[in-house]
Amino acid sequence: MKYFMLIWAGLWRKKTRTILTMLSIVVAFLLFGLLQGINQGIKAGLSDTGNNRLWTTPRMSAVSSMPASLMDRMQTIKGVRNIADLSFFGGYFQDAKNALPAFSTHVDKLAVVYPELNITAAQIAAMKATRPGALIGRPLAKKYGWKVGDKIPVGTTIWTKDDDTNNWAFDIVGIFDPTSGFENSPLGSAFWINYDYWDEARKFDKHRVHQFIVQIDNPQQAAAISAQIDKLSENSPDETRTQTENAALQSRLKQFADINFIANSIVGAVMFTLLFLTANTMMQSVRERIPELAILKTLGFTSGTVSMLVLIESLMLCIFAAAFGLVLSAGLMRFTSAVLGPSTLLPIVVYFGLGIAVVLALISGLPPALRAQRLNIVDALAGR
Amino acid sequence: MSTLVSLKDVVKRYQRGKQSVEVLHGVNLSIEQGEFLALMGPSGSGKTTLLNLIAGLDQPTEGEVTVAGERIDRLSGSKLAKWRARHIGFVFQFYNLLPVLSAARNVEVPLLLTNLSSAQRKQNVRAVLELVGLADRATHKPGELSGGQQQRVSIARALVADPTLLVCDEPTGDLDRENAEEILKLLQMLNRQQGKTIIMVTHDPLAADHASRTLHVDKGRLIDAPARNAA
Repeated sequence: MKYFMLIWAGLWRKKTRTILTMLSIVVAFLLFGLLQGINQGIKAGLSDTGNNRLWTTPRMSAVSSMPASLMDRMQTIKGVRNIADLSFFGGYFQDAKNALPAFSTHVDKLAVVYPELNITAAQIAAMKATRPGALIGRPLAKKYGWKVGDKIPVGTTIWTKDDDTNNWAFDIVGIFDPTSGFENSPLGSAFWINYDYWDEARKFDKHRVHQFIVQIDNPQQAAAISAQIDKLSENSPDETRTQTENAALQSRLKQFADINFIANSIVGAVMFTLLFLTANTMMQSVRERIPELAILKTLGFTSGTVSMLVLIESLMLCIFAAAFGLVLSAGLMRFTSAVLGPSTLLPIVVYFGLGIAVVLALISGLPPALRAQRLNIVDALAGR
Repeated sequence: MSTLVSLKDVVKRYQRGKQSVEVLHGVNLSIEQGEFLALMGPSGSGKTTLLNLIAGLDQPTEGEVTVAGERIDRLSGSKLAKWRARHIGFVFQFYNLLPVLSAARNVEVPLLLTNLSSAQRKQNVRAVLELVGLADRATHKPGELSGGQQQRVSIARALVADPTLLVCDEPTGDLDRENAEEILKLLQMLNRQQGKTIIMVTHDPLAADHASRTLHVDKGRLIDAPARNAA
C-alpha cells in the first residue's frame, strides 16, 4: 500500500495517454457489458418461458396456415393440457410505418396458456361481449396513448374484408399488464383481436390459423407429444412442425442472427485489439521511465519489486477502466432494454469481465514488467 | 577512525560486443569512516566505475569490495539492493528525481523500503528538507525547482534514510558556480558536522578542494595523490 504513490504517479505520468487508453478500455467493456447483457437477457427470457409450451406451425413455411379444426384432434393427445391458437393479422395504425403487432386468438384460451400476460377474467368477458374488441398490452397502450373505449382504425395490406375493403376498426376493451419479464416480448405488447370476428369478416383463408400454442403436463414428454401432434397431419397438405417454445424462439433468433456468436466475436475482436493497445501503452510508458526505474533500483528497490510495480500499474489501469465500463453498461441497459429487448448484467458477467481485465493487464503488463526486472542499473543510468 | 571501504585487487571488465574491455586494473583502496574523498580523473578513466563498485551498483570481475564490514562483491542482486537501501545515499549529476512526485515525495521514496509509519516518514522528510533549506518547497515538483534546489532535494533523498556512506557522482556538474559552491558547502557541512562519509566523483578541482582527500584515477588505476587536502 505504501508503494501506491509510486504506482499512481507512474500511471498519470502522461495524463492524456492514460486517459485515452482508459477510454478505449471503458468503451470495450461497455460494449462487452451491453452485448453480454442482451445475450443473457435473451437466454433468461428463453429459459423463463420453459419447455412446457409447444409451438405448432405449418411445416412448409411460417407464413402458411393450417386448419383450425386441428386443435380438437390435438386436444385428444395424452399429456396435452390446453391449446391456444394464434394468427398473424399485422396491420398498421394510421400510417404503414406504424406497424402493429396484431394477432387474432381465443383470448380465454390464450390467458390459460400464457398466464404471464396477466389477462383478467373481466377482460376475457369484455372480449367475448364485444366481437370487434381488442385487448392490448400496457407497453403498446403507452406508446400510442390508447385507453379502454378507444376505437382504433387498423389498416392492412393483407386481409381484405368480405365487402372488399381492408379497413378494420377495433374497440379497446382492456389493457393487460404482463409480468416484468414478458413486458417487452412481442406477445406482451401485442394487439389481440377475436379470432371468430376476424375469421368471419375476412375474405379468404377462412377457418385456418397460423400457429397453435400447446401447453403440456410434463416438459420431459415434449419430444414425444410433438411427434404425435405432427403425426396427425402427416402426408397431408397441411403438415405441421412442433417444437418447444424455447427451441422455436432460438431457431427464429438464429434465422435472424446468432446473437451469442455475434456477441462473442465482437467482444473477442475488441479485446484482442485492446491487448495490443494496452501492451503498447505499457511498453511505451516503461520505455520512457527507464531512468526512473533505474533510480528506484539504485535506491534499493529489488528487481522483483520494480517489476511488480509495473504489473500493478497495468492491473490498475485495466481493472479501473473495465469496472467503469461495466458500471456504465449496467446504467445504459435501462435505455437499451426499451429498444433491444430485455437485457441484464448478471454478476457472472461482471466477474467474467473483470477476469478478462485481469488477464488483459497481466498479458500486456508482463513484457514491460520483465523489462523493468532485467534493467541493468549502470547501463540505464549511463543512458545505454 | 576505522576503515569503512576497502577494495583489494579489484578488476572490472566489461563485455562490449565480442570485446572484453578492462576498465579497472587491480585497484586497492581504503577509505576511513568520516572521510570526504574526491575522486578525480579524465573521462573514461574508470572513476564512476569505481564509485559504482563501492556503492554496490555493480560487481567486480575480480577482487574484494568490503563496505561497512560486508563483502558486497559476494551478495546476490536482491541482497545487494537491500544493502544499498540500508547503507548508501546517492547524489547524481542530473539529480535523477522522479518528475511526477513532489520534492517531499521524492525524498520519501527511500523510506518506503523501511518499516517506518507514514507519520514517521513524513517527520523524517520534513527534518531533512529543513536541513537542506528546502522546507518551504516540499510540495513543489522537480520541474518547478531550480537546478540547485533539485540537487538539494537529491541530497535530502540521499540523507533521509541515514546511510552509512554518501556517494556523489559529479554533484555540481550541472550547476553554475554559485549553486555548485552552495552544494559543496552543504556536503562539507554534512561531513564535518554530521560525520557523514562522502565519496565524490568530480572533474572540478575547485569541487575537490572541499574534500578532505583527493585521489586521481587514470586509465583504470589509482594514482598517488597528496595524503590530505588543506581544506
